[in-house]
Amino acid sequence: MAASSDTAPKTNAKTTGDDGGHSAGLSRWLVVAIPYLWLAIFFVAPFLIIFKISLSDTAIAIPPYTPVFEGFGAIGDFVSQLDFENYVFLTDDPLYIEAYISSLKIALVSTVLLLIVGYPMALAMARASSTIRPTLVMLVILPFWTSFLIRVYAWIGILKPDGLLTLLLHAIGLMGPDDQVQIFRTDTAVYIGMVYSYLPFMVLPLYSALEKMDHSLIEAANDLGCPPWKAFWKITFPLSLPGVIAGSMICFIPITGEFVIPDLLGGADTLMIGKTLWTEFFGNRDWPLASAVAVVLLVLLVVPIMVFQNQQKKVA
Amino acid sequence: MKKQLLGLAALLAASVFSASVAGAQEREVHVYNWSDYIDETILTDFTKETGIKVVYDVFDSNEVVETKLLAGGSGYDVVVPTGPFLARQIQAGVFQKLDKSKLPNLVNMWPQVSDRLAKYDPGNQYAVNYMWGTTGIGINVDKVKKALGDNVPLDSWDVLFKPENAKKLKSCGINILDASDETFAIAMNYIGKNPDSKDTKDLEAGGKVYQAIRPYAKTFNSSAYINDLANGDICITIGWSGDIVQAKTRAEKANNGVNIDFIIPKEGTYMWFDNLAIPADAKNVAEAHEFINYLMKPEVIAKASNYVQYANGNLASQKFVDKEVLGNPNIYPPEDVVKRLFTISPYGPKEQRVLNRVWTQIKTGK
Repeated sequence: MAASSDTAPKTNAKTTGDDGGHSAGLSRWLVVAIPYLWLAIFFVAPFLIIFKISLSDTAIAIPPYTPVFEGFGAIGDFVSQLDFENYVFLTDDPLYIEAYISSLKIALVSTVLLLIVGYPMALAMARASSTIRPTLVMLVILPFWTSFLIRVYAWIGILKPDGLLTLLLHAIGLMGPDDQVQIFRTDTAVYIGMVYSYLPFMVLPLYSALEKMDHSLIEAANDLGCPPWKAFWKITFPLSLPGVIAGSMICFIPITGEFVIPDLLGGADTLMIGKTLWTEFFGNRDWPLASAVAVVLLVLLVVPIMVFQNQQKKVA
Repeated sequence: MKKQLLGLAALLAASVFSASVAGAQEREVHVYNWSDYIDETILTDFTKETGIKVVYDVFDSNEVVETKLLAGGSGYDVVVPTGPFLARQIQAGVFQKLDKSKLPNLVNMWPQVSDRLAKYDPGNQYAVNYMWGTTGIGINVDKVKKALGDNVPLDSWDVLFKPENAKKLKSCGINILDASDETFAIAMNYIGKNPDSKDTKDLEAGGKVYQAIRPYAKTFNSSAYINDLANGDICITIGWSGDIVQAKTRAEKANNGVNIDFIIPKEGTYMWFDNLAIPADAKNVAEAHEFINYLMKPEVIAKASNYVQYANGNLASQKFVDKEVLGNPNIYPPEDVVKRLFTISPYGPKEQRVLNRVWTQIKTGK
């Protein structure tokens, strides 16, 4: 697998290498080959393995599916045992469709919330004086110094009925001493966890887009009598659009497949494809169906990725 | 950042180096057991006595263990699967047969338990029992009586499974154990079907028992409920015997006025076995046998039972088990209660899919 995809850049490099001297050819070859090799080893090969498992049947064995690839001698027999039965099953059962739709909905709402919270932050950072900007960027990155899992666990301590939030509301008298916050194990808790965890991924692309903006455009608009709010919508927002799209994609895609946050903060009725995948893989030991769920998820996410790529090309 | 990475790399290199040095001199056994399931002094005593270092790792669900074992190369020498999982894993070829000549302490085992275990492991060739228990009802006595009246009979699944009771218990909190194979067997037994049935219709009928009380259930979990019950956040739960006894102990220690009891309902319930077995690809087979043999010493396993509050499958150990544990009918149930307990055989792949499909439907309330 890896061999076939890295021969392509190799032949390419040879023709270009002839015009441009030996060392230039080699370095160019390396520059082209390394990303391809990376993609082949860490994306294409695992994907093909998952795709193959999704065409198999479950078995009580190690590994728990059949057929297992046993060399090219028996390849005909091997291929004849593969089929698309698992994909048919996915469309038959409303559970999976509901889980996909629910995941996409949660991802969409989370992304919108992230934009609402992240945009003012990024704007404030971009407008701050250049001496404190590095500090502000540092503060956005700072949470990464603690494990993601521990940060999500910390939210359990805040949101649980006898947690810090309840204590705080009792202390400032906004809530009676017998009442408790009922957020933990609901969709609201999932949204809080998502927005908190993904905020840096939204703020940083927005910040980099806003920082590049020429502030004299706003000054010109103001001088010509444009009110600040209108200037924002006519100038700032359109110019930050690449950042908005980059941030939204970087958040939307992983949130759709998120498992940890809905599992730790969500209730039993929070339906997301990551949890469904876990049940198929661990609960039902159905690796083939779990793989089919994963392949469909990938296909669903390819659409927003392509939109993202398209936008990037336009900018370039 | 770069400095940090370098530090990490150095640390990693150091640990790899020390591991390879250790491998040359020390004997090791890698054990994978349930969390909170042993008195840790047993492990240090074992090392003192045999010189074998115990690398101890814990899990909280059979599913996670099974997935690791089925993927192969788990790196463990002793694992502790529950009955139906053990049976399926034996069938998949995950385990090796025990060398009984290296297990002289087998004479201490309790035939009544070994015989029941043979349902999962015919001839007791692959596994020896570690602990066993029942899945029953844990209640906060005062809150449940307050909700249902003083005269409510607490010795039946009716207390939870009758929707009119569940409705009244909603405000004080209901948890349902998130272990579908056991909960379905219990529900099928409750409605008069064979608890071991794998028929889709029977499974769906069992599911209806939970669907009827779903609107009143607060949580579905199999670990957090211990604390929730002890704190008074829930008042009734389906739970494992030892867990409920632990919740009772925690509430007594906290002295918070929460009065907890465990009930083995009169309709009968599920009896489970957690067992020691050696994976086929274990690297330290001799050490694994020594470890299992050590755990079959009457005074050692009694120490474990006293600590975790579960019954063990070792008859000779009973004279070392604390009176409060051995005399507790919820831990060591009397003969007439044991007769009402049932076991179940493993689910096949298609049956498992139906089961978990219905269970997901119940949990998500769809």
